[in-house]
Parts: sequence; C-alpha cells; structure tokens
Amino acid sequence: MNAPNKSGWKPEMQVSEDGMHNGPSTTTGNRALMLEEPLIFEIGHAETTGVDLPDVDPNAPTRLGGLDRSEPIGLVGLTEPETVRHYTRLSRQNYGIDLGFFPLGSCTMKHNPRLNEKLARLPGFADIHPLAPQSTVQGALEVIDQLGTWLKTLTGMPGVAMSPKAGAHGELCGILAIRAAHEARGDAREVVLVPESAHGTNPATAAFAGYKVEDIPATPEGRVDVEALKARLAPDVAAVMITNPNTCGLFEKDFREIADAVHVAGGYVYCDGANFNAIVGRVRPGDLGVDAMHINLHKTFSTPHGGGGPGSGPVVFSEALMPFAPLPFVRKDANGEFALVEEEAREETRGQTFGRMTAFHGQMGMFTRALTYMLSHGADGLKQVAEDAVLNANYILRSLEDILHAPFADSGPCMHEALFGDRDFGGDLSTLDLAKGLIDEGYHPMTVYFPLVVHGAMLVEPTETESKASIDQFITAFRHVAERALAGDETLKQAPYYAPRRRLDETAAARKPKLAWEEPQE
Amino acid sequence: MRYLPLTDTDRSDMLATIGASSIDDLFVDVPEVARLDGPIRDLPMHASEMAVERHMKGLASKNLAAGDAPFFLGAGAYRHHIPASVDTVIQRGEFLTAYTPYQPEIAQGTLQMLFEFQTQVARLYGCAVANASLYDGSTACWEAVAMATRVTGRKRAVLSGALHPHYAQVVKTMAHFTGDEIADAQPAIQTEPDLEGLISRIDDETACVVVQYPDILGRISDLSKVAEAAHAKGALLVAVNTEPVALGAIKSPGELGADIVVGEGQALGVGLQFGGPYLGLFAVRDLKHVRQMPGRLCGETVDAEGRRGFVLTLSTREQHIRREKATSNICTNSGLCALAFTTHMTLLGEKGLRQLAAENHRLACLAADRLARVPGVSVLNKAFFNEFTLMLDGKPARDIVRDLADRGVLGGVSLGRLYPGVEALQQALLVTVTELTTEEDIETLATELEEAIR
Repeated sequence: MNAPNKSGWKPEMQVSEDGMHNGPSTTTGNRALMLEEPLIFEIGHAETTGVDLPDVDPNAPTRLGGLDRSEPIGLVGLTEPETVRHYTRLSRQNYGIDLGFFPLGSCTMKHNPRLNEKLARLPGFADIHPLAPQSTVQGALEVIDQLGTWLKTLTGMPGVAMSPKAGAHGELCGILAIRAAHEARGDAREVVLVPESAHGTNPATAAFAGYKVEDIPATPEGRVDVEALKARLAPDVAAVMITNPNTCGLFEKDFREIADAVHVAGGYVYCDGANFNAIVGRVRPGDLGVDAMHINLHKTFSTPHGGGGPGSGPVVFSEALMPFAPLPFVRKDANGEFALVEEEAREETRGQTFGRMTAFHGQMGMFTRALTYMLSHGADGLKQVAEDAVLNANYILRSLEDILHAPFADSGPCMHEALFGDRDFGGDLSTLDLAKGLIDEGYHPMTVYFPLVVHGAMLVEPTETESKASIDQFITAFRHVAERALAGDETLKQAPYYAPRRRLDETAAARKPKLAWEEPQE
Repeated sequence: MRYLPLTDTDRSDMLATIGASSIDDLFVDVPEVARLDGPIRDLPMHASEMAVERHMKGLASKNLAAGDAPFFLGAGAYRHHIPASVDTVIQRGEFLTAYTPYQPEIAQGTLQMLFEFQTQVARLYGCAVANASLYDGSTACWEAVAMATRVTGRKRAVLSGALHPHYAQVVKTMAHFTGDEIADAQPAIQTEPDLEGLISRIDDETACVVVQYPDILGRISDLSKVAEAAHAKGALLVAVNTEPVALGAIKSPGELGADIVVGEGQALGVGLQFGGPYLGLFAVRDLKHVRQMPGRLCGETVDAEGRRGFVLTLSTREQHIRREKATSNICTNSGLCALAFTTHMTLLGEKGLRQLAAENHRLACLAADRLARVPGVSVLNKAFFNEFTLMLDGKPARDIVRDLADRGVLGGVSLGRLYPGVEALQQALLVTVTELTTEEDIETLATELEEAIR
C-alpha cells in the first residue's frame, strides 16, 4: 500500500469491456509491478521533512526588512524513503532510451554513455561558481575552449558562440548575429525566408527577433524549391533558414547553389543544425556556404534529454558573422592562460557583439558531457556515427517501403531518418492509432504528424546506437501493426491497452485547464 | 567504438538489403565540394574510457571546487547542500534518458513530476499558475517582459537599477531587436533601494516594471508600493528572484502584488555547474494571463477509463503550432533540472524549507556582524536574507577578490565585475552565506580580508 493518503484519492482500475486485459481489479489500483502513485500533496505533510537541519530559534531577531513570511507556503514534505519511493515509482511510468528503442524522428534519441555523467559530476566541474575568480577556473575555461575547437573543426567554421542554452536559443543567437551584421552596415532588412519543411522554432525565432516571416514551398521530392526561393530573393531579405539534412530526412543537394544566391542578394544563410548527427565527420557545413548553424549537443553528442531538457545549442559562425557573436566568450592568451571576455568594451569585441543572451556561460554541465563523448569517439568514431545512423535509417526505409507509403523513397537515400505517410489505412484509422499500437508492442512511437508536408507523417530515426537485431525486431513489430492498420483493425482505435494509462483526453485538459493541485473541497 | 553495436557483417548485410554497394552510395546527394574522404584531420582518434577519464580529470583538477575553500559567492548562483537522494532520482534512466512527453500514456512519470513541480513553484511564488520551467532566470526575465508587452499592448519596460546586471543585459539585447524600449538605471549605493525613483519612471506607456527581490545588493524591500504604482498606470509588476531559498523566510512576490514572478531555481537541487544548466521559473498571479505565458504547461486530465492522468496542454500558444505567432520560440524546458528542484523541495517540505531559510539567515547575520568589525569595511544593508554588500575602504573589490583567491578564499563577487563602468560600485563586495558556510569559514574570511585590504 502507498503511504496514508489524506485526500482519500485512490485510482480506479477497471477491467476494460473489450476484454483486452483480463483479471480482477485490485483494491490498490496497482497491478503487481506496475504501481499507482498519488501526488506528493496527497501523501505528504507540512510538518514532514526528509532533511535534518538545525532548529533555529523562531524568536531569533531577523533582518528581513519586516517582510518575514507569516502565512504558510502550502508545501508538503516526505521523508527520504518516501521520496525515493515516490520518484522511483513515477520513473517506472516513463519510457526512456535505457528501456528500449526510441525512434523519435528529429529528436535523435541515442544511448547516453554513463562515463559522461560520471565526469560531469567531478567537483572540479560541477561545484564551481560562474563568477569565481578566473585564476581558479582555468580548467573549465579550457573545456569551453576545447569543445569550441571541436565544433569549429567538425563544421569547418571559424567562429563559435557557446552560451546558447538550447537549440531554439541557438537559432535566436544566429538570427540576432545576422540582424546585427545587417545593422552594422546600415542595411535594414525585414524578411526571413523559411522553407515549409523547417522546424516550427525557425519562424518563431525569426519573429521573436523582430522579422517578418515568409514561407518557401517544398518540391514534390521533399526539398527546398530552389526556383521559388531564388525568385523571392531581394534587398529586403535578411536571411534564409534551412534545415540540412532537412525534416523529410533528405540532404539538400542544392544547398551550395542556394547559399551562393542568398549571398549575392546580400543575405545570410542560417542552417538549422538539429540533424548534424547524420553528417558529422562526413560533411563540413562551412563548405556548403553556411553563415550560422546551431548544434544540439544533446542530439549529436549524446547529452541526455532528461524528459525534455536541458539542451545546449552552441552556434558556429562564418567569418562574416564572427564579430557579432554574443558575450561572454573564452580567449586563450599568448601565455597559455584562458580569459573570459565579459564586457563589450574589450578590444576583441570591436564593439560589434550583439550583447548577452543569458546570465552566465551556457550549459557547462552539457559541455563536459559532450566533450567526453567526442574524445571517446574521436574523429574516426564520429564519422562512423554518421555512417551507421544513415545506414540504419535507410535499412528501415527499404524494409518497410513495401507496406507503408514512403513519399520520398525515390528522392535519393534518406539521411538519419525515414519518413512515411498514412495513405491506405483501413476504416478511419489514423497515424495516431498506429503509434498507440506500437506502444502496446513495447516501443516508444516514432514522431507523428511532422513534418507537415506529408499527410499523417511518421518520422522514424533509429540513430547509430541500435543494433541490427534491435532494428529487425522493431521492423517486425512495425510491420505487424501496419498490417493491422491497413486491414482496418478497429481495436487499434482504443490502443494503448497495456500502458500505465489508456488514451488521455487532451481536449478536456485544454478546455478546462487544471495546472496545479488544489485541496479537494469537502 | 564501444557505443556502436553494428558489426562489419551487419553493415554489409544491411547495405545488401538497401541495394547499395557501399556506404558512400548513401551520401551521393552531398555535393562533391563538401565531401570529406578520411576522418577530419587535426582531431584525435577514438580513445579508451580510461584515457578519456584521465584527460577530463586533468582538466577538472585545474579548477578550485567551491567545497575545497571557504566560499562566499552568490549573485544569481548559490551553493546549497544537495541531499544525496536528489542525484539518485535524476540518474534513474527512465527520467534521465526520456524525451519530451509527446506520448503521455508512457510518460506519466515526467508529467506527474511536472504537475507537482508547477504546484510547488506557484505556491512558493504566491501565484495561480507556474509553467514547467524555462532555460534559466535571465531568459525567464526577458520572457516576462515580452509577455507584459503582449498583455498591455505597450512597449516600454522600466528596469530597477538593482536588477542583476546580466539579466538587464539579456533584456536590453532582446529589446533592441524587438523594438521595445527599456528604461534602466544603475543602483544607488545606499542602505535601501530607491523605490521612489523607480516609481517616478512609471508612466502611461509603461508595460511593466521589473524589480529584483531580494535585489542584486542583497536588499529586501516592500514591493507592494511598486505594485500599487504600476497598477495605477495600467502596468504590470514583474518580480525577479534569484534565490528561491529566501522565499522560505520572506513574503512571496505574489502576496506583495507582483503580476508575473520569474526566477532562477538553481539553488534547490541543481548545483553551481559553472553557470548551467540552470532552471528558469515562471509564474503568473492571475489565471487570466495563462494563455500569454511562454513555455510548457502540464495539466491534469483523465484517460479512456476515467483514471487521472497528465498531459502537456494549452500548446496552441507554442511554436510548433503557432509558428511565427507563438508566445515564444522556446521548444524545450529544463526537465531534468526541474526534477532535481522538485525532489529537493519534496525532501525539504514546508518545515525543511523554512528551517533551511532560517539557518541561512542566521549565519548571514553572524557573518555581517563579524565582517563589519574588519577595519576599513562596512555593511551597506539594513535588510538582507543571505547576501549583503560590503563597502571596502581602499583597493577595488576586484583586486581584493583576486588577493583572497590567492590566499585560498573564494571571498565574494566584486560588484565592479558586474558593473564595470560604474565608479561608485568598484569598492563594493557582495558576500553570500549559506547553510554550508561554517563559523570557521566566516572567521577565515574576516582574517584574510583584513590582511588583503591593508
């Protein structure tokens, strides 16, 4: 049994009428190893605590300016055993890459080496303050410098900004540098072009940086429509934001031609580098004419996703944009010491930096993980990473194209992800039904309904850390569920049957939002 | 290549299935100008676990860890004790290696945790709703200003001079590009913040007033006066908190009338990590503003069998649906840091947080009294929580901090480093004390400071 439950809340576990899972209901709501867990507010108490702290005299004088808190905050505590059990039970209701194949396209769920975790926790990295005197954090500054050197070398780009906190923050960094560069030459441009297949963050980023956004269509082959793009280039276009490899899983063959045209028109090329893992070690974006590109350290260099974050999004820059990169940055002095440049007035910035985009120096904890991973793989291993990721994706594409609609199968090899569409499903079954069916087979589903250019899209990304055996097993399961969908098997509409929860009502959640726990009314 | 499971036999079998003769066939779409033949020169080849460990330990050993010296740094990043079970929880593979909960039926662990986190943050801040976290306090601060401009339809933000200068710089950087107008000032070197001066800058064009609580000099003041003045002009009050432990001792910003409360959550459970990853907290006092909030929200609902469950919700505000009309371009949160925060908060509970806050304040009072007795040193603050400003008579605080570091003491943050151009602040030293500070540490700082300042 769970701890005493002051609200009296108990999950009602019913046997479904379709008989898909037989057996009696249990009084606890638990099902053997699958345990239900109330909220902390239902099992904790205001006077319970899991830490032993000194008792401070409640009547001791304070110097809080008369703003001493008098009302209760409304928090509850659990003891240490209850806390560990609560979160361990919750963890068991989650799917993670440690549990199995996680083919979320564009999200790049690969193995997270534990060596990275171990080394990031060294006190010399984890327990240092961002404003510590620079003489006491030389090793940390060296990590930033080394990681920056790897990123510049792998991308063939001369400049790097390490501070962006996530991929979308990196996009913002790149676009702000582009805007600063235009401003510096007195060229007020207003428009950013974004192809249809771009991530949703791209137009949001451009708008957040004060630009008007215009879409560029995709060709029937799933690539940027080069002619449409060239036709739109004009003196009001500040930049083009292209994802390469793109979200249809294809390499933008004409990237160099596009970049040259954009440069001739006085604009800059932003490359969304979210899919860099497919080409790392095989292609340097600098050779394609990119001016700015963010790199998701969590995707390409295996820092864990943590249920949605934290990310880390360093940005590499061309010669043209380097002077506009944000503060702070690390500089290596002639005597081999590292210095942090934090002020605009310093000589190195030439007064052109666009400013500061976050309080400190970026995601240091992610830098140590990413550098550890890079050193483990080396230049040879990273090239192998791209090759195996691409090989695995093409293997899936070719193994399933006979049964699933693969809209761009004839457009050339896919890169790191295989894209399918929902044509020909029987009954009124949808991509979502197929995805939920895969849950019952023990898989986290692929990305669904993205990219928008394909109806009922299913984007499968195996990454390089899956074995052939694990991919073969997935193909078998996927094929089986796809066959059921094609045959119009209506039971799929009720899937999943075996997950900790059946389908959740997302409409009700949005219609009457309940975003915090409230004490039940008597 | 210990992370790559494919064997050469697998690779050739798979190429045969694909119908490709070699791996190069899969890269035919890469233009020749951008193709690389061998591994990139100038980078090392792969290395063993032992070799990598040696290299990284070498780098770590070049840093002085906070735990290895008397330590008094704060200014937006705080060193508190993290119970061992916090790290046990965040290292659970099902939390550590999960993605954004796009398939809620198999992500209830993350979602329920976020719902609990949102509730804790809302209560701590005295607000109706909190989101599921942003990148950090400084970016959350800009998001609050951007939200205030959307809500009020005005473009002018008034920043307190005693807002963390890095936060103010982030806001100014962004506002430059969005065309929003920022009015800011430098902090006056005085015992109490200049609230009247701040209030006098609020006018009918003001979207929001941004104040820090406690402020960058460690001062605590009654925000309700500023809230009243802002509301009278139709503006919102944004309160910024960088030390959540303080809210175990002082009134919440929501209680004092702040409309949007943002802050840095790093102090609870996350650790210093040289500046990141950290945890941006964001809450609104009034439920009616929820659809203008940036970032992710987790909400309660039911499943097909009527059982309670949780989902990400109100996503029609977000970039993946609204594209250029989204409330923000953010598409992630600090999920794992939020887990560390909420786990630490659960361990503390109401009682523990209040005890922790009281212990921080007790030691800070002790330190302020002791340091005030050092010749040439005076304490600026009348009111403070766990950090306060020392005015040094003599050398600039930057030099004193360097001298102290050479003496093995991490003695505080020079406000001159944060305000390089402001003459009046060059002799100000911000000292922070937490429950990890010992009375011995305080004595060491006092002794060494006396030497350094001489």
